[in-house]
Amino acid sequence: MVRALKKCYVAVIFAFLYAPILVLILYSFNNSRSRGTWGGFTLRWYGELLQDRHILGSLYNTIIIAVLSAAIATVIGTAAAIGLNGWRGVQRKVIMNITYIPVLNPDIVTGISLMLLFVFARMPLGLLTMLLAHITFNIPYVILSVLPKLKQLDTHLYEAALDLGATPWYAFKKVILPEIMPGIITGLLLAFTLSIDDFVISFFTTGSGVANLSITIFSMARRGVNPTINAVSTLMFLAVLVLLVIVNLRVSKENSRKGRRNHEQEAYDHRHRRFGSARRLSRNHAR
Amino acid sequence: MSYKWAASPYLVWMVIFIVVPIILVCYYSLTVRTDAGFRFSTDNFRRFFEPIYLKVLYRSIELAFVATVVCFILGYPLAYILARSDFKHTNVLIMLLVVPMWMNFLLRTYAWMTILEQNGVLNIVLSWLRLPTISILYTEAAVILGMVYNFLPFMVLPIYSVLSKIDPSVVEAAEDLGANGIIVFRKVIFPLSLPGVISGITMVFMPAVTTFVISRLLGGGQFTLIGNLIEQQFLYVSDWGFGSAISLAMMVLILLSMAVMSKFAGEDRGLGLW
Repeated sequence: MVRALKKCYVAVIFAFLYAPILVLILYSFNNSRSRGTWGGFTLRWYGELLQDRHILGSLYNTIIIAVLSAAIATVIGTAAAIGLNGWRGVQRKVIMNITYIPVLNPDIVTGISLMLLFVFARMPLGLLTMLLAHITFNIPYVILSVLPKLKQLDTHLYEAALDLGATPWYAFKKVILPEIMPGIITGLLLAFTLSIDDFVISFFTTGSGVANLSITIFSMARRGVNPTINAVSTLMFLAVLVLLVIVNLRVSKENSRKGRRNHEQEAYDHRHRRFGSARRLSRNHAR
Repeated sequence: MSYKWAASPYLVWMVIFIVVPIILVCYYSLTVRTDAGFRFSTDNFRRFFEPIYLKVLYRSIELAFVATVVCFILGYPLAYILARSDFKHTNVLIMLLVVPMWMNFLLRTYAWMTILEQNGVLNIVLSWLRLPTISILYTEAAVILGMVYNFLPFMVLPIYSVLSKIDPSVVEAAEDLGANGIIVFRKVIFPLSLPGVISGITMVFMPAVTTFVISRLLGGGQFTLIGNLIEQQFLYVSDWGFGSAISLAMMVLILLSMAVMSKFAGEDRGLGLW
């Protein structure tokens, strides 16, 4: 009985989360401009989408910026993580705190502060400024994905490679890079997805008619509901779904690779905690 | 192994694109433009205390607060059920919770326009059921609904991650000592889940306070929130000084509360988002 209630509750919440998405997908195939009626199945809106130069142009901008910003942010961010790994003390703390600023700051503040910078530097707002902004908010995520991998790294392996006659660059390429690769790829994918998804920062750092998909959707939605947006949504939802599945397969593959060790560690932790908590409880009891 | 120099391109980037912009925001917020150029002044901050702007601030906090409370009421039971029931596919359910968050934020908000509008899905369903139709698009209720919808997973995930790590033996010990279900929850589980609750509240309240998209699309521009106010100052009114002052105030407020919250919430903050 209770179990059925719990299942019901979970089902209701998930229905709430997915209903809007399903509605969008459904209406993207509706052969009627008004949403009050179901006019039969059609691919008409997808056809119109392919002819809408405004939407296609913004799709192109979105992809160009996502690819470039993710790639550049991954290079700068990975190098930064490798470098920062060697920094210690106050300097490192200050740098890390500044690195966290774009992650924690509300998007709107990041957006307007970058806009002020570009205007101050007399750069015309457009594709380039939007790209620079995207690189800026992507780098911290790359750094934060790579740093943990570097921390796990066994430095003795690198030293062993040097002792065996490898040049520092060769040792880096053959020893360090493969070890931190999972972190780099995660950072890259994260940066790519964040860039595709961004609206607020792009909105403030672009100008003169250059729009990405989010900006186009915003300006269309402001004028009311439009079936072509439904088609765009469906395609974007599918794209994100595919990306997510890829990322998750990667993560679970990696987890199973080091699964054994983790498992043992976890069992140890668990025992330890159990013991600790029992001790704590008995102490409280005695009191 | 030391590659300290590898960080230098980033350090340059960081100074130009993170530090300098913040300095610029400070500069614009602390100066006013006069005929003779820029002059130091705290006018921009003082303007914020005019009644109309205080009202905007109040409304932003009020709507975000209501949305946070609703998220908590809906989200805690969900996190609790997911963490403490032996469903077969809890991992899949968590994944399903995250998927909508990866869909474009604007599209998620736009979807609700389709549902809530006068001849939208909600009213079609209501009229099938022979219930009176309602029109809540472009009202406060719609804005709150949009916030709850967009930020609910941010409440569930941290609470879930804390709850699922609670040592079962602690609960067993409480039961052995004679506590019933309600007491176990009140005295053991809920206090232990507080770090998750705190980070959940932060992660819902912060974006809800600063949003300008939800209020614009679902509130139809009738509900000016702080985010909308900032947008207006920069894009329509061109009062950069005032806009910068509001942004700076918001930034300081949020970074401070993040720092305080992370003290409470420990290291798990934001876990499981990707």
